[in-house]
Amino acid sequence: MFQQSSYTEQLTFFQKLRSFDFILVLCVLILGLVSNLSMFSTDGGEFLYHTKSHLIRFVVFFILMLFLSFFSLRFWHSTAYLFYIVVLGFLIWASLYGVTASGSQRWINLYFINLQPSELMKIAIIVCFARFFHREQITSVSSFKNIIVSLAILVMPIVLVVSQPDLGTSILIAASGLIVLWLAGLNIRYFVYSGLILLVSFPFVISFLKPYQKLRILSFFNPDRDPLGAGYQIIQSKIAVGSGGLLGKGFLQGTQSYLEFLPEKHTDFIFTLFSEEQGFVGSVFLLIIYGILIYRIIKIGSISRSYFGRLFCYGFGSAIFIYIAVNMSMVLGLLPIVGSPLPIMSYGGSSMLATMIGLSIVMSTKIYHKQIIN
Amino acid sequence: MEHTVFSDGDSNVRKFNTINRRVFILSIAKGVIFTGILARLFTLQISDSKKYLTLSDKNRLREWRLPPVRGEFKDYFNNTIAGNTEVYQLHVIPEQVENFKNLMVRLKNILPLSNKQFLKIIKKKNQQKPWETLIISENLTWDQFSKVNFYLHELSGAKPVLSVARSYPFKDNYTHVLGYVAQASENDLLNNENIKNKHVPGLRVGKTGLEKSFEDELIGTNGVQRYEVNAFGKRIKQVNFQKGNKGKEIKLTLDTEVQKLCNELLADKAGSISVMDIYTGEIIAMHSSPSFDPNLFMYGISFKDWDNIRNNPNKPLINKTISGLYSPGSTIKPVVALSALENNVISPNFKVRCTGKMEMYGQTYHCWKKEGHGIVDLKSAIVQSCDTYFYEMSRRLGVDRLKVTASRFGLGNKVFNNLYNEEKGGLFPSTNWKKTNLGQGWVLGETLITGIGQGYVQTTPLQLCLMTAQLANGGFKIYPTLISNKNQESLEKIKYKMSQKLHQEEKYDSSIVRTAEEFFKPGEKDYKKLFRNQENVKFVLDAMFASTNQWNGTSYRSRIEDKKYQYAGKTGTAQVKKITEKQRELDLDTAQIPYEDRDHAWFVAFGPYKNPRYSICVFVEHGGSGSKAAAPLAKKVIKKVIDRHEEREKIRKRNLVDI
Repeated sequence: MFQQSSYTEQLTFFQKLRSFDFILVLCVLILGLVSNLSMFSTDGGEFLYHTKSHLIRFVVFFILMLFLSFFSLRFWHSTAYLFYIVVLGFLIWASLYGVTASGSQRWINLYFINLQPSELMKIAIIVCFARFFHREQITSVSSFKNIIVSLAILVMPIVLVVSQPDLGTSILIAASGLIVLWLAGLNIRYFVYSGLILLVSFPFVISFLKPYQKLRILSFFNPDRDPLGAGYQIIQSKIAVGSGGLLGKGFLQGTQSYLEFLPEKHTDFIFTLFSEEQGFVGSVFLLIIYGILIYRIIKIGSISRSYFGRLFCYGFGSAIFIYIAVNMSMVLGLLPIVGSPLPIMSYGGSSMLATMIGLSIVMSTKIYHKQIIN
Repeated sequence: MEHTVFSDGDSNVRKFNTINRRVFILSIAKGVIFTGILARLFTLQISDSKKYLTLSDKNRLREWRLPPVRGEFKDYFNNTIAGNTEVYQLHVIPEQVENFKNLMVRLKNILPLSNKQFLKIIKKKNQQKPWETLIISENLTWDQFSKVNFYLHELSGAKPVLSVARSYPFKDNYTHVLGYVAQASENDLLNNENIKNKHVPGLRVGKTGLEKSFEDELIGTNGVQRYEVNAFGKRIKQVNFQKGNKGKEIKLTLDTEVQKLCNELLADKAGSISVMDIYTGEIIAMHSSPSFDPNLFMYGISFKDWDNIRNNPNKPLINKTISGLYSPGSTIKPVVALSALENNVISPNFKVRCTGKMEMYGQTYHCWKKEGHGIVDLKSAIVQSCDTYFYEMSRRLGVDRLKVTASRFGLGNKVFNNLYNEEKGGLFPSTNWKKTNLGQGWVLGETLITGIGQGYVQTTPLQLCLMTAQLANGGFKIYPTLISNKNQESLEKIKYKMSQKLHQEEKYDSSIVRTAEEFFKPGEKDYKKLFRNQENVKFVLDAMFASTNQWNGTSYRSRIEDKKYQYAGKTGTAQVKKITEKQRELDLDTAQIPYEDRDHAWFVAFGPYKNPRYSICVFVEHGGSGSKAAAPLAKKVIKKVIDRHEEREKIRKRNLVDI
């Protein structure tokens, strides 16, 4: 104990810079490049609105990430609850005065940016739980009080997001939260129980779904049921990916996206476009980059001496994995269509901001991996 | 476990152990899921790549078929009688128009469009996609077209287009021969696989006549434009273009000059004129009146025009030459006489006293000449067309023997082989026919009126033309045709073949032999002889010559004395209604009888007499007597045909295959 407390926390700028995880930064830069090129392709090979704003966002948020990386881990620890409460406040704000677009009230108008607080909640929930369990004894993790409190922390944002309505994001928030709970050591039987309850209540949940959501689930099981309606996205996405073949149709040559057969090609289906143009080789390359990214995040977590940092990195790394897995499974027709962006690749400022904040906490964990938080 | 007290440190270690263990489990799960996604990518992009590539191409490529360019019809002298003209059209693609309403209002004033047309266009616009071409007008006049071009700078979005459409430069001259084209109907698509395969909206196909019969040859092939389209069906760019082939050109045997003359001669009458080469069977002119301008059908005929055509009591829609069935009247007398001679029923010297009427089987049969012809022999009976003589001769001949001869010469049979859907065969009765079709026995009196071309006999004008031709060529079978072939037999060869037949045994009644011959020698023309003794044919032709060129002949007034044009003919005046005793006493002039009750006027002829080459049949519906109404027309046509003979022969020499 005393050895830990005797560790000096005063690092110079260059010491901090030296302990940067450059592989991680490189991965982010590669993803940034790929995503900007893909965005360029969605604009039909012209430097238009989507490309421009995506590039600006990437550059701004990347610099923000580097800047935030210099904040000590203790800072993140101390502001964790505040972060969560602010984002929760944003969510409430969004549900009251939010901007409505395509039938969903998700955004709040911050004048310089339309923020989607549900995206930030994906990170905030992890940070919040990381702090919550930081001080908990392993024996008391599964205590009644803790379960009630952590469920409250998890359910409040989910309810708000579901009511927007935004099923995809709420599922991802729930998944992020549950992952952290699992990592924190919550007794396995609670997961088994809730899993069983979920299974039993599945038919009831279905009955509460909106008609379009039901359609999506039905058309997932059989896309040919309505090939021009609900099944259209899945069918066209599969055609695009499949027609890419081994080497792809070439940059700016993706006919499916260029001729507008692909829906939502800027956001959820950006991987489809990339895969169509770059083929199997490109897709595998992208998967490897994401794999390295996740590996680095977990690795950083494993060297962190503080439980907060470790839990956050493990949670964040796993959450990123889930986002990627859900998004790709969705566009490849393995899961029903739910709105879920591909981290860094997809168009969308809030998602990019959340990912960058998460990454900067990871980076901070790396720099301050020896830091002990009491 | 709860009983044990752990130190902070121990608890921390356990906490770290738990998290490390659990993250390890998660990592394995991640690995599995990653592998699953990879496997999915592999199946989509490597295993099933071909399938999806096809689907993607199916998505993005679309073909547009262009209407094929129709083959043309030429007359014998290579004049285009059904061609394609350039038409000026006005297209608008609504999507490319900034303000559609403004444009339409401007166009309405410039063209100008009627309110009805205007609303029709607006309605059409609302039914189609904004990037689809909207045809404002299919056929602009040159004035309208140049006006549109003049104002084009203020008509952004309007596109003046040059297109092709069927045109009939000789308008109503060839209407019945060629038929007309109009937009393909549901039925056309169902009945003709070829049309179905080549159909594009607005495709025009043959509706009647040769246009219909030769549809498969004329139609040509579609040009194909392959476009890349986006998800909404909008054309992005043309990928390739495949030019279509024009349909086959079809050359006819018709002579426009003669055809035009026929049209003029029948201008205000109902009727038909047909002219035929008596050796080659080539139809030189074939006109039915009244006619109409088939160009009217190109862009949707106006209601008024269509009503005029449809409700005209003279039936312009019917091709009378091949589809009109009429009693032939006295025009078949040469064949009746030939039949009697061939069957040795009478000799040319057989004489009958004509008193103007004849009592037989309790009925009175009248001759056309009330006061009678006196004593007549066969020749003068043909020359003066004495009905009494033919009553007596037919009575002795019998209808069944007459039918054999008449059928041989083409009466009651279709002239063309499936060339026209609308062609009718007509009827030459026999005792057997009456029994099977009417269920009654033959009455002898019916034989008498059949002998003068009345009663059940029904023929088309072209059948009589063919009959005359086959008499005039010495009594040999010929093959009427409208289509001019490059490889023809020379006149000499045809005549040689005919002379060969002269000494051959009769075998034309054996249908088995005939079928077998056709089977082994397809396309080989067999100029069968249609007689037993050619002297009989010569006698009949001589009588026909006298009928026109002897002072007491029925068509003496229409004779031509110039040897070059001199011709032989036979008049016919067919009753359409039984004449009552009262009417007979009144003896009205044609003009005094109601139009529908007037007699049909006929005239068949061949010329020049010395060396016959052409036969003609003139028919004037309700025209009155053949000698007054039909023969004078024939005279003019024969003169024209013989005048054109030299030129025709020049072309013929070029087409010969054997010299």
